[in-house]
Amino acid sequence: MLSVGAALMLVAPPLAAQNKANLNTCLDCHSQLDAPFGVNAAEFSNSIHAQKGLGCPSCHGGDSSSDDMTKAMGKAAGFKGHIDRAQVPALCGKCHSDAAYMRGFNPSLRTDQFSQYQTSVHGQRLAKGDTHVAVCVDCHTTHNIRPPKDPASSVYPTNVAQTCTRCHANAEYMKDYKIPTNQLALYNTSVHHEALAVQEDLSAPTCSTCHGSHGAAPPGVASVEHVCSTCHVFQQQLFDTSPHKAIFAAMNLGGCITCHTNHGIQRPSDALIGTANGAVCVTCHTEGDAGYQGAAAMHASLVKLGDEIGRSEQLLLRAEKAGVEVSDAKLALAEARDSLTKARVTIHSANPDAVDKDIQAGLKVTQKTYQAGLTAITESKYRRRGLGISLITILIVLIALAVFISKLEARNPGITK
Amino acid sequence: MSAAGRVKDWLDERFGWHEIRTFIEHKTVPVHRFSYWYFLGGMTLFLFTIQVITGILLLLYYRPTPNDAFESVQYIMTQVPFGWLIRSIHSWSANLMVFTAAAHMFSVFFLKSYRKPRELTWLSGMLLLFLTLGFGFSGYLLPWNTLSFFATKVGTDIAGLMPGLGPWILTFLRGGEDVTGATLTRFFGFHVAVLPGIAATLIALHLLLVQRFGMSVPPSVEAAWQARPGDRKEIRFFPNFLLRELMAWYVVLAILGGLAALKPWELGVKADPFGAAPPGIRPEWYFMFMFQSLKFIPAKIWIFDGELLGVMGFGAAFLAWTLVPFFDTGRRGWVQKFVTGVGVFGLGFIGVMTLYAYTAK
Repeated sequence: MLSVGAALMLVAPPLAAQNKANLNTCLDCHSQLDAPFGVNAAEFSNSIHAQKGLGCPSCHGGDSSSDDMTKAMGKAAGFKGHIDRAQVPALCGKCHSDAAYMRGFNPSLRTDQFSQYQTSVHGQRLAKGDTHVAVCVDCHTTHNIRPPKDPASSVYPTNVAQTCTRCHANAEYMKDYKIPTNQLALYNTSVHHEALAVQEDLSAPTCSTCHGSHGAAPPGVASVEHVCSTCHVFQQQLFDTSPHKAIFAAMNLGGCITCHTNHGIQRPSDALIGTANGAVCVTCHTEGDAGYQGAAAMHASLVKLGDEIGRSEQLLLRAEKAGVEVSDAKLALAEARDSLTKARVTIHSANPDAVDKDIQAGLKVTQKTYQAGLTAITESKYRRRGLGISLITILIVLIALAVFISKLEARNPGITK
Repeated sequence: MSAAGRVKDWLDERFGWHEIRTFIEHKTVPVHRFSYWYFLGGMTLFLFTIQVITGILLLLYYRPTPNDAFESVQYIMTQVPFGWLIRSIHSWSANLMVFTAAAHMFSVFFLKSYRKPRELTWLSGMLLLFLTLGFGFSGYLLPWNTLSFFATKVGTDIAGLMPGLGPWILTFLRGGEDVTGATLTRFFGFHVAVLPGIAATLIALHLLLVQRFGMSVPPSVEAAWQARPGDRKEIRFFPNFLLRELMAWYVVLAILGGLAALKPWELGVKADPFGAAPPGIRPEWYFMFMFQSLKFIPAKIWIFDGELLGVMGFGAAFLAWTLVPFFDTGRRGWVQKFVTGVGVFGLGFIGVMTLYAYTAK
């Protein structure tokens, strides 16, 4: 202790030169120490707490204006020292659950984090004495807490998956909980990850979107479709009208995830529905049953419209390359693509007739665009024919002129000297 | 006398056409190894005539406002019978005209046809070349697509760099601070009224001067003919040269028709003034050598702005080129050779810079 004190005296800056009001003697020393006592001064000064004028005593007690260690870290100053993991949520909640207090910093900030946490799997296990589970500082960090909107925050949308899977992807750490640890690996292959990390769409889901943040828990089988429907509204509404809803509930199968899975959700293709290998329908349906026939019919409809759109696209591209202006038809084709997208949503009703209605609307458009493409190709052929005739005419005129000139100059050279 | 003969005489009494007819019948064109270059002037005039005719036809449907310009061109391309052909011919003919005008200018330069007494012919020709570039620049904006909008923005920005008058020129060209509907209206006015009026006057002057002084003969051919007068050859302008020129015009027509039918001019995407400039935006090919050169100039040269120096440099070069008849009067052999050397360098510079601009990654 004495040697630590002596070392600190050597490295601590002269106090007389400092403004007493800005003193943070805690940081003066602890920024020079190694883990577990060390605190990165730069990180702390960038944290939201420091920005709002909250210092070390706000959580740890003590007196940060005193350069006397015994006073700074004394019981009289209310020094708490290291905060026990089990105490962390309550400590944070002391301020963050006080609406009147938090209003002074950010009136729109929620103040139910602690009560939510107590309903979460983490909170419930902590209450039973399991300190392995996540507490506030595991997700938000200790001294580098930043607002979630800050890209450097550990809970910024693109950083959430890394934060959660520090534990949840660690097989050794999670071995006593008997839950999978492949969520991150699966999520990184998913269309949600692509939207968030690659396309930088911050509204795309990450762990906390489906599991909750402070009240984190896996959604129950009965609630999965509600979770998905916070974004995928129409799919859920259609699913509710389908025969699958009651059957899935009876079989204790989660809506949505039964066909799409949970963490490794892939971009769906038309091959996902139908009766071929790789289609999800044949997991339950067998040849001859109504569902099997319905799946085959819906798949066939989607493929038909997809093919017709492709056919029109190719023809219009050919016409465009031939130099015919087809922008109107290309614009109209977008309507057919919309119909296909709508049909791909309608399949969640498991109603082939409803799907067919959308498909027919799309096919009407592709009929017109294909016809426009044929007209454009005919026009390009007409233009080339016209060009050919013009060029031949010009060639004839050129030959006639050449002959006329030579005959004219044979009679009368026209050269003067 | 037939009725036609009586009408002819009546008109001749009032217009004096027999004088013009006599002049044309006696007009001759020198024949030598460089005679083919004489066709370029007529080709340029032919292409200008095509521009006027196709331009008038386009005027029947084109609407010069930001809301309607693009749509009216789209309408011409898709709905108007042969609208696609007229529009494509107009666009391709514009580019061919710039090429033939520049080629005509270079041929006149290297054949030294600017010498006394043809200085004014050269000056009027250079002004016509600048007008042709002005036609190209103003016409390029009229379809109001993304490329034309941003190319105009970049081009007028460069015009605004001129010291002193630059900001005024920029505001005058754009009709304001930015490229807007006011710019479109203004450019349309330049393109269909102001520039054609000035061009028609200058063309008339240019042709009058060509008729007055006849066709120039290059110094080397002149010297050879002076040494051996028997080698001098000339053909009658009418009908011999004119028939040959007609053949050249038909070839140009065939090229135009082929380009219009096989490579129609693109419609593009309607301009979004609030959108970002597409990556790699660049001007038309005839401005590329300047555009590329300016990219090579460092941002600062000593205390001066690099781009400004570049623009001023080009301005000075064009001025010197325009005034070449007053430097190279033909009296000093070394000046003639020097000017030819400068011309070769200039042509090479333009060619290399243009090629580099299109091939460099």
